[in-house]
Amino acid sequence: MFQLMIFIPLILLISLVALLLSLITSKSSKMNREKSSPFECGFDTNSNQRLPFSLRFFLVTIIFLIFDVEIVIMFPAIQSIFTSQELHWNFIFISFLIILMGGLFHEWKQGSLEWSV
Amino acid sequence: MIQVILFLVVVVCVLVGVAFFTLFERKLLGYIQLRKGPNKVGLGGVLQPFSDAIKLFSKEHVSPSTSNYSAFLIAPCFSLGLSLLMWLSIPSFFNLLSFNKSVLFFLCGLGVGVYGLLAAGWSSNSKYSLIGCLRGVAQTVSYEVSLVLILFTPLVVTVGYELGSFSSFQENLWFIFIFPAAGLIWFISCLAETNRTPFDFAEGESELVSGYNTEYSSGGFALIMLAEYTSILFMSFLFSVIFLGGDCSFFVLVSFGVMAFIFVWVRGTLPRFRYDKLMYLAWKFFLPFSISYLVLMAGLLSMLFLGFKEC
Repeated sequence: MFQLMIFIPLILLISLVALLLSLITSKSSKMNREKSSPFECGFDTNSNQRLPFSLRFFLVTIIFLIFDVEIVIMFPAIQSIFTSQELHWNFIFISFLIILMGGLFHEWKQGSLEWSV
Repeated sequence: MIQVILFLVVVVCVLVGVAFFTLFERKLLGYIQLRKGPNKVGLGGVLQPFSDAIKLFSKEHVSPSTSNYSAFLIAPCFSLGLSLLMWLSIPSFFNLLSFNKSVLFFLCGLGVGVYGLLAAGWSSNSKYSLIGCLRGVAQTVSYEVSLVLILFTPLVVTVGYELGSFSSFQENLWFIFIFPAAGLIWFISCLAETNRTPFDFAEGESELVSGYNTEYSSGGFALIMLAEYTSILFMSFLFSVIFLGGDCSFFVLVSFGVMAFIFVWVRGTLPRFRYDKLMYLAWKFFLPFSISYLVLMAGLLSMLFLGFKEC
């Protein structure tokens, strides 16, 4: 853990140094209107660039959140195979997975996964 | 502190490997398309990555006036830093960090990697970047669920989250012969996680202009590209550790190269998926498959462990 606290800033420092190197050694020229506007294949942009996006993206992320929480709940199960009785572990793990599967099929039936963009 | 030095050696080797992997990809794609790749620069094009690096770092750095500039600058650094950090968790002959929980570290890194994509696409204030980043984030997030559940299946065998223990469990038979379907689904999920053809919606080369890295010029683009290829190399290394025998023999290194070759081969062969087909594949095929496979394997293996408690 202490070693991670050394490694993470070190690696971020390396990539920051790479970025600074590119900022220093890049060709510099004057900024003009064409270069600093958003890219639109040569046209002038006439609307706000951050368009409203389809709500499907957000719903997919919400569904992912549910399954991610279930996965996090399953993490200790793998570690505890040898410290628990096999039949107990088996029953609990498999019934948890079957409930997860039931949730997935319920969402499927309700149409939440339909053209999930 | 010797581990810091060893890790820096790993980072330098990975970056050099990534540089030559870009050349490898270009030449291989060229030969797939019945032409030669770059072969002018050095002897047969060997010095091409260095000339690419010099070109990229000396081009003009355009700063879009309407972007959120600090997030715009930090996002490629963050992506590259995260991709390099994930190389911490590999098993090594020198017992580099002797991580007890390397798989958990890898999964956390995979989850946080979405933020780099999100920040890069959102902060460059452009329609194409925004659409590319939203599609890429939704795709990455969907495939992460089935990736984790597929990963649980070999983890039930090697009880515990240590990548270094995979080698001792594969001395007699590789996992790919025990879990062939899981290996295939894992490989396809890796393709989707690294935003690689046929799942390269985040870039979307001909539909969106260049997707989430439209507004990035020299330095930022180089870092984003390095981050992407670093994660490709890491995923192929992980496949050969988990499924193709995990010790540090020469054959594992060769199979690591073969997996990277397959990544590029798939890029040269397959067209891009349609987006709803991608989502259908993730939620309606891979996820039920991975849950069912885990039910089967966990039940089977824990019953097989009934006599082997002291292993």
